[in-house]
Amino acid sequence: MAYSEKVIEHYEKPRNVGTFGTQKEIKEATNIGVGLVGAPECGDVMQLQIKVNDDTGLIEDAKFKCFGCGSAIASSSLATEWLKGKTLDEGMEIKNTEIVEELALPPVKIHCSVLAEDAIKSAIADYKQKNNKD
Amino acid sequence: MSAKLPKLPIYLDHAATTACDPRVVEAMLPYFTEKFGNPGSRNHSFGWAAEEAVTKARHQVAELIGADPKEIIFTSGATESNNLAIKGAANMYAKKPAGQTQRGHIISVSHEHKAVLDPCKRLEKEGFEVTLIDPQSDGTVTREMIETVIRDDTILVTVMWANNEIGTFNEIPEIGALCHEKGIIFHTDATQWVGKMPTNVKEDNVDLLSLSGHKLYGPKGVGALYVRRRRPRVRLMALQEGGGQERGFRSGTLNVTGIVGLGKACELCAADMDSERQRLLNLRNKLEAAITNALDVVQINGHPDKRLAHLTNISFGFVEGESLMMALKEIAMSSGSACTSASLEPSYVLKALGIGDDLAHSSLRISMGRWTTEEEIDYAAEKIIEAVNKLRDLSPLYDMHNEGIDITKIEWAAH
Repeated sequence: MAYSEKVIEHYEKPRNVGTFGTQKEIKEATNIGVGLVGAPECGDVMQLQIKVNDDTGLIEDAKFKCFGCGSAIASSSLATEWLKGKTLDEGMEIKNTEIVEELALPPVKIHCSVLAEDAIKSAIADYKQKNNKD
Repeated sequence: MSAKLPKLPIYLDHAATTACDPRVVEAMLPYFTEKFGNPGSRNHSFGWAAEEAVTKARHQVAELIGADPKEIIFTSGATESNNLAIKGAANMYAKKPAGQTQRGHIISVSHEHKAVLDPCKRLEKEGFEVTLIDPQSDGTVTREMIETVIRDDTILVTVMWANNEIGTFNEIPEIGALCHEKGIIFHTDATQWVGKMPTNVKEDNVDLLSLSGHKLYGPKGVGALYVRRRRPRVRLMALQEGGGQERGFRSGTLNVTGIVGLGKACELCAADMDSERQRLLNLRNKLEAAITNALDVVQINGHPDKRLAHLTNISFGFVEGESLMMALKEIAMSSGSACTSASLEPSYVLKALGIGDDLAHSSLRISMGRWTTEEEIDYAAEKIIEAVNKLRDLSPLYDMHNEGIDITKIEWAAH
Protein backbone atom coordinates (compact mmCIF):
# COMPACT_ATOMS: atom_id res chain seq x y z
CA MET A 1 0.00 0.00 0.00
CA ALA A 2 1.39 3.38 -0.91
CA TYR A 3 1.47 5.95 1.86
CA SER A 4 1.47 9.68 1.34
CA GLU A 5 4.65 11.61 2.02
CA LYS A 6 3.08 13.23 5.08
CA VAL A 7 2.15 9.88 6.60
CA ILE A 8 5.67 8.60 6.05
CA GLU A 9 7.13 11.78 7.52
CA HIS A 10 5.03 11.50 10.71
CA TYR A 11 5.70 7.77 10.91
CA GLU A 12 9.44 8.24 10.65
CA LYS A 13 9.59 11.27 12.92
CA PRO A 14 6.54 11.07 15.15
CA ARG A 15 5.89 14.24 17.18
CA ASN A 16 5.24 14.27 20.91
CA VAL A 17 5.66 10.60 21.61
CA GLY A 18 5.38 9.66 25.24
CA THR A 19 3.37 9.85 28.38
CA PHE A 20 3.17 12.21 31.36
CA GLY A 21 3.68 9.31 33.76
CA THR A 22 2.70 5.77 34.53
CA GLN A 23 -0.94 4.72 34.01
CA LYS A 24 -1.49 5.24 37.74
CA GLU A 25 0.14 8.67 37.82
CA ILE A 26 -1.75 10.05 34.83
CA LYS A 27 -5.02 8.74 36.19
CA GLU A 28 -4.45 10.73 39.38
CA ALA A 29 -3.12 13.98 37.87
CA THR A 30 -6.03 16.45 37.61
CA ASN A 31 -4.37 18.65 34.99
CA ILE A 32 -4.06 15.72 32.57
CA GLY A 33 -6.76 14.26 30.37
CA VAL A 34 -6.28 10.81 28.89
CA GLY A 35 -8.00 9.26 25.91
CA LEU A 36 -7.43 5.55 25.32
CA VAL A 37 -9.36 4.34 22.30
CA GLY A 38 -9.37 1.39 19.92
CA ALA A 39 -8.76 -2.25 20.71
CA PRO A 40 -5.78 -4.55 20.24
CA GLU A 41 -7.85 -7.06 18.29
CA CYS A 42 -8.82 -4.38 15.78
CA GLY A 43 -5.15 -3.55 15.27
CA ASP A 44 -5.29 0.02 16.59
CA VAL A 45 -4.95 1.46 20.08
CA MET A 46 -4.31 5.17 20.60
CA GLN A 47 -3.43 6.80 23.86
CA LEU A 48 -3.62 10.56 23.76
CA GLN A 49 -2.79 12.74 26.75
CA ILE A 50 -3.33 16.47 27.14
CA LYS A 51 -1.84 18.67 29.83
CA VAL A 52 -4.09 21.65 30.54
CA ASN A 53 -3.01 24.91 32.16
CA ASP A 54 -5.63 25.51 34.85
CA ASP A 55 -5.19 29.29 34.70
CA THR A 56 -5.39 29.87 30.98
CA GLY A 57 -7.52 26.82 30.07
CA LEU A 58 -5.15 26.14 27.21
CA ILE A 59 -3.79 22.74 26.23
CA GLU A 60 -0.13 23.45 26.87
CA ASP A 61 1.24 20.03 26.01
CA ALA A 62 0.08 16.80 24.41
CA LYS A 63 1.60 13.36 24.08
CA PHE A 64 0.64 10.16 22.35
CA LYS A 65 1.45 6.52 22.05
CA CYS A 66 -0.02 4.38 19.36
CA PHE A 67 -0.25 0.70 18.47
CA GLY A 68 -1.40 0.64 14.89
CA CYS A 69 -0.55 1.04 11.24
CA GLY A 70 1.46 3.93 9.80
CA SER A 71 -1.69 5.98 9.21
CA ALA A 72 -2.83 5.52 12.79
CA ILE A 73 0.57 6.62 14.07
CA ALA A 74 0.55 9.65 11.75
CA SER A 75 -3.04 10.58 12.71
CA SER A 76 -2.27 10.57 16.42
CA SER A 77 1.03 12.36 15.93
CA LEU A 78 -0.76 15.06 13.94
CA ALA A 79 -3.49 15.31 16.59
CA THR A 80 -0.93 16.17 19.29
CA GLU A 81 0.56 18.87 17.06
CA TRP A 82 -2.82 20.45 16.46
CA LEU A 83 -3.95 20.28 20.08
CA LYS A 84 -1.05 22.21 21.55
CA GLY A 85 -2.01 25.80 22.31
CA LYS A 86 -5.72 25.25 21.72
CA THR A 87 -8.55 25.71 24.21
CA LEU A 88 -10.65 22.67 25.10
CA ASP A 89 -13.48 23.98 22.93
CA GLU A 90 -11.17 24.48 19.99
CA GLY A 91 -9.83 20.96 20.53
CA MET A 92 -13.36 19.58 20.38
CA GLU A 93 -13.74 21.12 16.95
CA ILE A 94 -10.97 19.10 15.30
CA LYS A 95 -12.68 16.87 12.75
CA ASN A 96 -11.47 13.58 11.36
CA THR A 97 -12.03 14.90 7.84
CA GLU A 98 -9.36 17.54 8.46
CA ILE A 99 -6.92 14.79 9.43
CA VAL A 100 -7.85 12.82 6.31
CA GLU A 101 -7.19 15.88 4.18
CA GLU A 102 -3.92 16.86 5.84
CA LEU A 103 -2.45 13.34 5.63
CA ALA A 104 -4.09 12.40 2.30
CA LEU A 105 -5.41 9.18 3.83
CA PRO A 106 -6.92 6.65 1.40
CA PRO A 107 -10.49 5.41 2.05
CA VAL A 108 -9.34 2.20 3.80
CA LYS A 109 -7.49 4.32 6.35
CA ILE A 110 -10.26 6.75 7.24
CA HIS A 111 -10.95 4.77 10.42
CA CYS A 112 -7.52 5.90 11.69
CA SER A 113 -8.62 9.53 11.52
CA VAL A 114 -11.92 8.67 13.22
CA LEU A 115 -9.98 7.00 15.98
CA ALA A 116 -7.78 10.09 16.40
CA GLU A 117 -10.87 12.30 16.69
CA ASP A 118 -12.30 9.89 19.27
CA ALA A 119 -9.01 10.01 21.19
CA ILE A 120 -9.08 13.83 21.26
CA LYS A 121 -12.69 13.94 22.45
CA SER A 122 -12.07 11.24 24.99
CA ALA A 123 -8.98 13.00 26.43
CA ILE A 124 -10.85 16.29 26.73
CA ALA A 125 -13.84 14.54 28.33
CA ASP A 126 -11.52 12.85 30.82
CA TYR A 127 -9.99 16.18 31.81
CA LYS A 128 -13.42 17.77 32.21
CA GLN A 129 -14.68 14.89 34.27
CA LYS A 130 -11.66 15.02 36.58
CA ASN A 131 -12.28 18.73 37.10
CA ASN A 132 -16.07 18.57 37.29
CA LYS A 133 -16.51 20.82 34.30
CA ASP A 134 -19.78 20.82 32.35
CA MET B 1 25.84 -6.28 15.99
CA SER B 2 26.38 -4.63 12.66
CA ALA B 3 25.78 -6.71 9.58
CA LYS B 4 27.58 -6.02 6.34
CA LEU B 5 25.10 -4.30 4.05
CA PRO B 6 23.73 -6.71 1.45
CA LYS B 7 22.18 -5.57 -1.82
CA LEU B 8 18.76 -4.07 -1.15
CA PRO B 9 15.88 -4.77 -1.27
CA ILE B 10 16.12 -8.27 0.15
CA TYR B 11 13.57 -10.87 -0.93
CA LEU B 12 12.35 -13.05 1.94
CA ASP B 13 8.94 -13.99 0.60
CA HIS B 14 9.66 -17.24 -1.23
CA ALA B 15 6.45 -18.81 0.03
CA ALA B 16 4.58 -16.22 -2.06
CA THR B 17 6.61 -16.84 -5.17
CA THR B 18 10.15 -17.58 -6.26
CA ALA B 19 12.27 -16.19 -9.06
CA CYS B 20 12.61 -18.47 -12.03
CA ASP B 21 15.97 -20.22 -11.95
CA PRO B 22 18.02 -18.99 -14.96
CA ARG B 23 18.56 -22.65 -15.95
CA VAL B 24 14.78 -23.03 -16.11
CA VAL B 25 14.44 -19.98 -18.35
CA GLU B 26 17.18 -21.30 -20.59
CA ALA B 27 15.39 -24.62 -20.97
CA MET B 28 12.15 -22.83 -21.85
CA LEU B 29 13.45 -20.38 -24.44
CA PRO B 30 13.61 -22.62 -27.55
CA TYR B 31 9.95 -23.53 -27.06
CA PHE B 32 8.83 -19.94 -27.59
CA THR B 33 10.48 -19.61 -30.99
CA GLU B 34 11.97 -22.39 -33.07
CA LYS B 35 10.25 -25.28 -31.22
CA PHE B 36 6.85 -23.65 -30.98
CA GLY B 37 4.75 -26.61 -32.14
CA ASN B 38 1.51 -27.84 -30.64
CA PRO B 39 2.01 -31.21 -28.97
CA GLY B 40 -1.42 -32.12 -30.31
CA SER B 41 -0.13 -31.91 -33.89
CA ARG B 42 0.57 -35.58 -34.48
CA ASN B 43 1.55 -35.42 -38.13
CA HIS B 44 4.62 -33.20 -38.32
CA SER B 45 7.97 -32.67 -36.66
CA PHE B 46 6.97 -29.40 -34.96
CA GLY B 47 4.29 -31.21 -33.01
CA TRP B 48 6.58 -34.14 -32.27
CA ALA B 49 9.29 -31.87 -30.85
CA ALA B 50 6.76 -30.23 -28.55
CA GLU B 51 5.30 -33.55 -27.49
CA GLU B 52 8.75 -34.88 -26.72
CA ALA B 53 9.44 -31.86 -24.49
CA VAL B 54 6.15 -32.34 -22.65
CA THR B 55 6.87 -36.03 -22.16
CA LYS B 56 10.27 -35.22 -20.71
CA ALA B 57 8.74 -32.68 -18.32
CA ARG B 58 6.09 -35.20 -17.28
CA HIS B 59 8.88 -37.59 -16.30
CA GLN B 60 10.73 -34.86 -14.40
CA VAL B 61 7.64 -33.91 -12.39
CA ALA B 62 6.70 -37.56 -11.76
CA GLU B 63 10.23 -38.32 -10.62
CA LEU B 64 10.14 -35.57 -7.98
CA ILE B 65 7.01 -36.96 -6.32
CA GLY B 66 7.44 -40.70 -6.94
CA ALA B 67 4.59 -40.93 -9.44
CA ASP B 68 4.17 -42.59 -12.81
CA PRO B 69 4.42 -39.99 -15.63
CA LYS B 70 0.95 -41.03 -16.81
CA GLU B 71 -0.42 -39.79 -13.49
CA ILE B 72 0.63 -36.16 -14.05
CA ILE B 73 -1.95 -33.69 -15.38
CA PHE B 74 -0.57 -30.28 -16.31
CA THR B 75 -2.65 -27.30 -15.21
CA SER B 76 -2.30 -23.54 -14.92
CA GLY B 77 -1.18 -23.75 -11.30
CA ALA B 78 -2.11 -25.04 -7.88
CA THR B 79 -5.41 -23.14 -7.74
CA GLU B 80 -6.62 -24.94 -10.84
CA SER B 81 -5.22 -28.24 -9.58
CA ASN B 82 -7.09 -27.83 -6.30
CA ASN B 83 -10.32 -26.92 -8.05
CA LEU B 84 -10.03 -29.85 -10.44
CA ALA B 85 -9.19 -32.30 -7.66
CA ILE B 86 -11.86 -31.20 -5.21
CA LYS B 87 -14.77 -30.38 -7.51
CA GLY B 88 -13.79 -33.12 -9.94
CA ALA B 89 -13.66 -35.83 -7.28
CA ALA B 90 -16.77 -34.62 -5.42
CA ASN B 91 -18.87 -34.61 -8.56
CA MET B 92 -17.52 -37.98 -9.72
CA TYR B 93 -18.06 -39.73 -6.38
CA ALA B 94 -21.28 -37.91 -5.44
CA LYS B 95 -23.87 -40.07 -3.74
CA LYS B 96 -26.71 -38.26 -5.45
CA PRO B 97 -27.05 -36.33 -8.71
CA ALA B 98 -26.76 -32.57 -9.05
CA GLY B 99 -29.71 -30.60 -7.74
CA GLN B 100 -30.20 -32.81 -4.69
CA THR B 101 -28.95 -32.52 -1.11
CA GLN B 102 -26.85 -35.00 0.93
CA ARG B 103 -24.65 -35.66 -2.07
CA GLY B 104 -21.69 -36.63 0.10
CA HIS B 105 -19.45 -35.51 2.94
CA ILE B 106 -16.12 -33.72 2.51
CA ILE B 107 -13.51 -33.09 5.22
CA SER B 108 -10.98 -30.27 5.19
CA VAL B 109 -9.19 -27.94 7.59
CA SER B 110 -9.84 -24.30 8.50
CA HIS B 111 -6.26 -23.18 7.82
CA GLU B 112 -6.18 -24.43 4.23
CA HIS B 113 -5.47 -22.03 1.39
CA LYS B 114 -8.47 -20.19 -0.06
CA ALA B 115 -8.01 -22.24 -3.24
CA VAL B 116 -9.16 -25.24 -1.21
CA LEU B 117 -11.67 -23.57 1.11
CA ASP B 118 -13.57 -21.77 -1.62
CA PRO B 119 -14.11 -24.85 -3.83
CA CYS B 120 -15.36 -26.62 -0.68
CA LYS B 121 -17.76 -23.73 -0.02
CA ARG B 122 -18.98 -23.96 -3.60
CA LEU B 123 -19.65 -27.67 -3.19
CA GLU B 124 -21.53 -26.99 0.02
CA LYS B 125 -23.91 -24.78 -1.99
CA GLU B 126 -24.27 -27.61 -4.49
CA GLY B 127 -25.57 -30.16 -2.03
CA PHE B 128 -22.43 -31.58 -0.42
CA GLU B 129 -21.73 -31.37 3.29
CA VAL B 130 -18.36 -30.02 4.42
CA THR B 131 -16.70 -30.43 7.80
CA LEU B 132 -13.80 -28.06 8.47
CA ILE B 133 -11.72 -29.07 11.45
CA ASP B 134 -9.38 -26.70 13.27
CA PRO B 135 -5.68 -27.62 13.40
CA GLN B 136 -4.05 -28.13 16.79
CA SER B 137 -2.53 -25.04 18.35
CA ASP B 138 0.86 -26.10 16.94
CA GLY B 139 -0.67 -25.93 13.45
CA THR B 140 -0.61 -29.66 12.74
CA VAL B 141 -3.38 -32.02 11.67
CA THR B 142 -3.20 -35.67 12.69
CA ARG B 143 -4.76 -38.89 11.45
CA GLU B 144 -6.73 -39.13 14.67
CA MET B 145 -8.32 -35.73 14.12
CA ILE B 146 -9.58 -36.81 10.71
CA GLU B 147 -10.69 -40.20 12.00
CA THR B 148 -13.07 -38.66 14.52
CA VAL B 149 -15.00 -36.73 11.85
CA ILE B 150 -15.17 -39.41 9.13
CA ARG B 151 -18.73 -40.53 8.40
CA ASP B 152 -20.26 -43.32 6.35
CA ASP B 153 -20.97 -40.86 3.56
CA THR B 154 -17.50 -39.20 3.52
CA ILE B 155 -16.28 -39.21 -0.08
CA LEU B 156 -13.29 -36.87 0.00
CA VAL B 157 -10.66 -35.66 2.47
CA THR B 158 -8.45 -32.72 1.51
CA VAL B 159 -5.62 -31.70 3.84
CA MET B 160 -2.67 -29.54 2.83
CA TRP B 161 0.77 -31.05 3.20
CA ALA B 162 2.48 -27.95 4.57
CA ASN B 163 0.77 -24.73 5.55
CA ASN B 164 1.65 -21.64 3.53
CA GLU B 165 1.70 -19.18 6.43
CA ILE B 166 3.42 -21.12 9.20
CA GLY B 167 5.09 -23.96 7.30
CA THR B 168 3.90 -26.73 9.65
CA PHE B 169 3.22 -30.06 8.05
CA ASN B 170 0.53 -32.59 8.64
CA GLU B 171 0.40 -36.38 9.00
CA ILE B 172 -0.19 -36.89 5.31
CA PRO B 173 0.97 -40.53 4.94
CA GLU B 174 -1.08 -41.50 8.01
CA ILE B 175 -4.19 -39.61 6.87
CA GLY B 176 -3.77 -41.16 3.41
CA ALA B 177 -3.59 -44.65 4.91
CA LEU B 178 -6.75 -43.97 6.87
CA CYS B 179 -8.57 -42.81 3.75
CA HIS B 180 -7.46 -45.92 1.86
CA GLU B 181 -8.73 -48.15 4.66
CA LYS B 182 -12.09 -46.42 4.45
CA GLY B 183 -12.26 -46.16 0.65
CA ILE B 184 -12.22 -42.35 0.69
CA ILE B 185 -10.43 -40.24 -1.93
CA PHE B 186 -7.56 -38.25 -0.44
CA HIS B 187 -6.28 -34.98 -1.88
CA THR B 188 -3.40 -32.87 -0.61
CA ASP B 189 -2.45 -29.34 -1.62
CA ALA B 190 1.32 -29.79 -1.59
CA THR B 191 2.18 -26.41 -3.11
CA GLN B 192 4.57 -25.44 -0.30
CA TRP B 193 5.91 -28.94 0.28
CA VAL B 194 6.91 -30.34 -3.08
CA GLY B 195 10.46 -29.56 -4.14
CA LYS B 196 11.50 -28.88 -0.57
CA MET B 197 10.76 -32.21 1.10
CA PRO B 198 11.09 -35.79 -0.14
CA THR B 199 7.77 -36.91 -1.58
CA ASN B 200 6.54 -40.30 -2.69
CA VAL B 201 2.85 -40.30 -3.51
CA LYS B 202 2.73 -44.09 -3.59
CA GLU B 203 4.27 -44.67 -0.16
CA ASP B 204 2.59 -41.59 1.26
CA ASN B 205 -0.88 -42.86 0.26
CA VAL B 206 -1.89 -39.75 -1.68
CA ASP B 207 -4.57 -40.01 -4.39
CA LEU B 208 -4.53 -36.45 -5.66
CA LEU B 209 -1.73 -33.93 -5.18
CA SER B 210 -1.56 -30.29 -6.29
CA LEU B 211 1.71 -28.54 -7.03
CA SER B 212 2.73 -25.22 -8.53
CA GLY B 213 5.64 -24.15 -10.74
CA HIS B 214 6.35 -20.73 -9.31
CA LYS B 215 6.89 -21.94 -5.74
CA LEU B 216 9.81 -24.10 -6.80
CA TYR B 217 11.82 -21.75 -9.05
CA GLY B 218 9.72 -22.50 -12.12
CA PRO B 219 7.49 -20.10 -14.06
CA LYS B 220 4.11 -18.76 -12.98
CA GLY B 221 1.00 -19.99 -14.74
CA VAL B 222 1.87 -23.67 -14.69
CA GLY B 223 1.28 -26.43 -12.19
CA ALA B 224 0.28 -30.04 -12.03
CA LEU B 225 -2.19 -32.41 -10.47
CA TYR B 226 -1.14 -35.93 -9.66
CA VAL B 227 -4.04 -38.31 -10.20
CA ARG B 228 -3.49 -41.86 -8.91
CA ARG B 229 -4.09 -44.58 -11.51
CA ARG B 230 -3.78 -47.72 -9.39
CA ARG B 231 -5.27 -48.77 -6.07
CA PRO B 232 -7.45 -46.84 -6.32
CA ARG B 233 -7.80 -45.62 -9.87
CA VAL B 234 -9.07 -42.10 -9.25
CA ARG B 235 -11.61 -40.65 -11.63
CA LEU B 236 -12.51 -36.97 -11.89
CA MET B 237 -15.21 -34.97 -13.56
CA ALA B 238 -13.36 -32.51 -15.82
CA LEU B 239 -13.99 -28.81 -15.21
CA GLN B 240 -12.83 -27.69 -18.60
CA GLU B 241 -13.99 -29.41 -21.74
CA GLY B 242 -12.71 -29.30 -25.28
CA GLY B 243 -9.95 -31.10 -27.13
CA GLY B 244 -9.57 -33.83 -24.52
CA GLN B 245 -5.92 -33.14 -23.69
CA GLU B 246 -4.40 -34.58 -20.50
CA ARG B 247 -6.46 -37.78 -20.69
CA GLY B 248 -9.60 -35.69 -20.86
CA PHE B 249 -9.03 -34.29 -17.37
CA ARG B 250 -7.95 -30.90 -18.67
CA SER B 251 -8.73 -29.81 -22.19
CA GLY B 252 -6.78 -26.97 -23.75
CA THR B 253 -3.58 -26.69 -25.77
CA LEU B 254 -0.70 -27.44 -23.48
CA ASN B 255 1.41 -24.56 -22.14
CA VAL B 256 4.56 -26.12 -23.55
CA THR B 257 7.02 -23.44 -22.42
CA GLY B 258 5.58 -23.44 -18.92
CA ILE B 259 5.53 -27.21 -18.76
CA VAL B 260 9.16 -27.43 -19.90
CA GLY B 261 10.04 -24.89 -17.20
CA LEU B 262 8.13 -26.79 -14.52
CA GLY B 263 9.89 -30.00 -15.50
CA LYS B 264 13.34 -28.42 -15.35
CA ALA B 265 12.50 -26.75 -12.04
CA CYS B 266 11.48 -30.12 -10.57
CA GLU B 267 14.69 -31.72 -11.76
CA LEU B 268 16.76 -28.95 -10.14
CA CYS B 269 14.90 -29.22 -6.83
CA ALA B 270 15.46 -32.97 -6.73
CA ALA B 271 19.18 -32.57 -7.40
CA ASP B 272 20.14 -30.78 -4.20
CA MET B 273 17.08 -31.04 -1.99
CA ASP B 274 18.76 -32.35 1.14
CA SER B 275 21.77 -30.03 1.18
CA GLU B 276 19.60 -27.01 0.36
CA ARG B 277 17.17 -27.86 3.15
CA GLN B 278 20.02 -28.13 5.64
CA ARG B 279 21.49 -24.82 4.49
CA LEU B 280 18.15 -23.04 4.89
CA LEU B 281 17.51 -24.67 8.24
CA ASN B 282 20.82 -23.31 9.53
CA LEU B 283 19.88 -19.84 8.33
CA ARG B 284 16.44 -20.06 9.90
CA ASN B 285 17.87 -21.22 13.22
CA LYS B 286 20.27 -18.28 13.18
CA LEU B 287 17.48 -15.81 12.41
CA GLU B 288 15.13 -17.15 15.07
CA ALA B 289 17.89 -17.24 17.68
CA ALA B 290 18.91 -13.64 16.97
CA ILE B 291 15.33 -12.39 17.28
CA THR B 292 14.30 -14.39 20.35
CA ASN B 293 17.53 -13.48 22.16
CA ALA B 294 17.06 -9.77 21.55
CA LEU B 295 13.32 -9.33 22.13
CA ASP B 296 10.80 -10.35 24.78
CA VAL B 297 7.17 -11.36 24.09
CA VAL B 298 8.00 -12.99 20.77
CA GLN B 299 6.32 -16.18 19.63
CA ILE B 300 7.43 -18.50 16.86
CA ASN B 301 4.21 -19.92 15.47
CA GLY B 302 3.62 -23.53 14.57
CA HIS B 303 5.21 -26.80 15.56
CA PRO B 304 8.85 -26.45 16.64
CA ASP B 305 10.12 -29.26 14.37
CA LYS B 306 7.35 -30.33 12.04
CA ARG B 307 7.69 -27.35 9.76
CA LEU B 308 9.43 -26.36 6.55
CA ALA B 309 13.07 -25.40 6.93
CA HIS B 310 12.93 -22.25 4.85
CA LEU B 311 9.98 -20.56 6.54
CA THR B 312 9.30 -18.98 9.90
CA ASN B 313 6.28 -17.12 11.18
CA ILE B 314 6.92 -14.89 14.17
CA SER B 315 4.48 -12.87 16.25
CA PHE B 316 5.68 -9.77 18.04
CA GLY B 317 3.60 -8.69 21.00
CA PHE B 318 2.47 -5.04 21.26
CA VAL B 319 3.47 -4.18 17.69
CA GLU B 320 1.11 -3.89 14.74
CA GLY B 321 2.04 -5.83 11.60
CA GLU B 322 1.49 -3.22 8.94
CA SER B 323 3.55 -0.57 10.70
CA LEU B 324 6.25 -3.19 11.20
CA MET B 325 6.30 -3.87 7.45
CA MET B 326 6.50 -0.14 6.86
CA ALA B 327 9.65 0.06 8.96
CA LEU B 328 11.11 -2.84 7.00
CA LYS B 329 10.40 -1.69 3.49
CA GLU B 330 13.83 -2.78 2.29
CA ILE B 331 12.96 -6.36 3.18
CA ALA B 332 10.18 -8.08 1.24
CA MET B 333 8.23 -10.25 3.66
CA SER B 334 4.64 -11.06 4.27
CA SER B 335 2.38 -10.18 7.14
CA GLY B 336 -0.22 -12.84 6.68
CA SER B 337 -0.49 -14.42 3.25
CA ALA B 338 0.13 -12.29 0.16
CA CYS B 339 -3.30 -13.16 -1.18
CA THR B 340 -4.97 -11.47 1.78
CA SER B 341 -2.53 -8.76 2.84
CA ALA B 342 -4.65 -6.11 1.09
CA SER B 343 -7.32 -6.68 3.72
CA LEU B 344 -7.10 -5.35 7.25
CA GLU B 345 -8.19 -8.61 8.84
CA PRO B 346 -5.71 -10.52 10.94
CA SER B 347 -4.59 -13.84 9.52
CA TYR B 348 -7.34 -16.49 9.56
CA VAL B 349 -4.61 -19.11 9.65
CA LEU B 350 -3.20 -17.77 12.91
CA LYS B 351 -6.71 -17.36 14.29
CA ALA B 352 -7.37 -21.02 13.48
CA LEU B 353 -4.42 -21.86 15.75
CA GLY B 354 -6.12 -19.98 18.55
CA ILE B 355 -3.58 -17.14 18.49
CA GLY B 356 -5.18 -13.97 19.89
CA ASP B 357 -6.08 -11.21 17.46
CA ASP B 358 -3.49 -8.95 19.04
CA LEU B 359 -0.66 -11.34 18.20
CA ALA B 360 -2.17 -12.37 14.86
CA HIS B 361 -2.07 -8.68 13.89
CA SER B 362 1.67 -8.54 14.48
CA SER B 363 3.11 -11.47 12.63
CA LEU B 364 5.75 -11.70 9.96
CA ARG B 365 6.16 -14.61 7.62
CA ILE B 366 9.79 -14.82 6.55
CA SER B 367 10.51 -17.36 3.82
CA MET B 368 13.98 -17.92 2.42
CA GLY B 369 15.05 -19.43 -0.85
CA ARG B 370 17.77 -20.68 -3.16
CA TRP B 371 19.64 -17.37 -3.28
CA THR B 372 19.19 -16.21 0.30
CA THR B 373 22.56 -15.50 1.93
CA GLU B 374 23.72 -15.43 5.52
CA GLU B 375 24.52 -11.76 5.06
CA GLU B 376 20.89 -11.07 4.17
CA ILE B 377 19.62 -12.99 7.19
CA ASP B 378 21.97 -11.11 9.55
CA TYR B 379 20.79 -7.82 8.09
CA ALA B 380 17.12 -8.81 8.31
CA ALA B 381 17.46 -9.89 11.95
CA GLU B 382 19.15 -6.61 12.87
CA LYS B 383 16.51 -4.51 11.10
CA ILE B 384 13.56 -6.47 12.53
CA ILE B 385 14.88 -6.09 16.07
CA GLU B 386 15.46 -2.37 15.51
CA ALA B 387 11.95 -1.87 14.08
CA VAL B 388 10.19 -3.80 16.84
CA ASN B 389 12.05 -1.78 19.47
CA LYS B 390 11.16 1.48 17.74
CA LEU B 391 7.46 0.57 17.53
CA ARG B 392 7.41 -0.66 21.10
CA ASP B 393 8.69 2.76 22.17
CA LEU B 394 5.54 4.06 20.51
CA SER B 395 3.21 1.37 21.81
CA PRO B 396 0.88 2.13 24.73
CA LEU B 397 0.35 -1.62 25.07
CA TYR B 398 4.04 -2.27 25.69
CA ASP B 399 4.04 0.39 28.44
CA MET B 400 1.06 -1.30 30.05
CA HIS B 401 2.76 -4.67 29.79
CA ASN B 402 5.86 -3.26 31.50
CA GLU B 403 3.72 -1.75 34.24
CA GLY B 404 2.21 -5.17 34.86
CA ILE B 405 -1.20 -4.37 33.40
CA ASP B 406 -2.88 -7.31 31.68
CA ILE B 407 -4.18 -5.86 28.41
CA THR B 408 -6.59 -8.74 27.92
CA LYS B 409 -8.39 -7.59 31.09
CA ILE B 410 -9.05 -4.07 29.82
CA GLU B 411 -12.50 -3.43 28.42
CA TRP B 412 -11.63 -2.21 24.97
CA ALA B 413 -14.28 -0.43 22.96
CA ALA B 414 -14.21 -2.37 19.70
CA HIS B 415 -14.65 -0.14 16.68
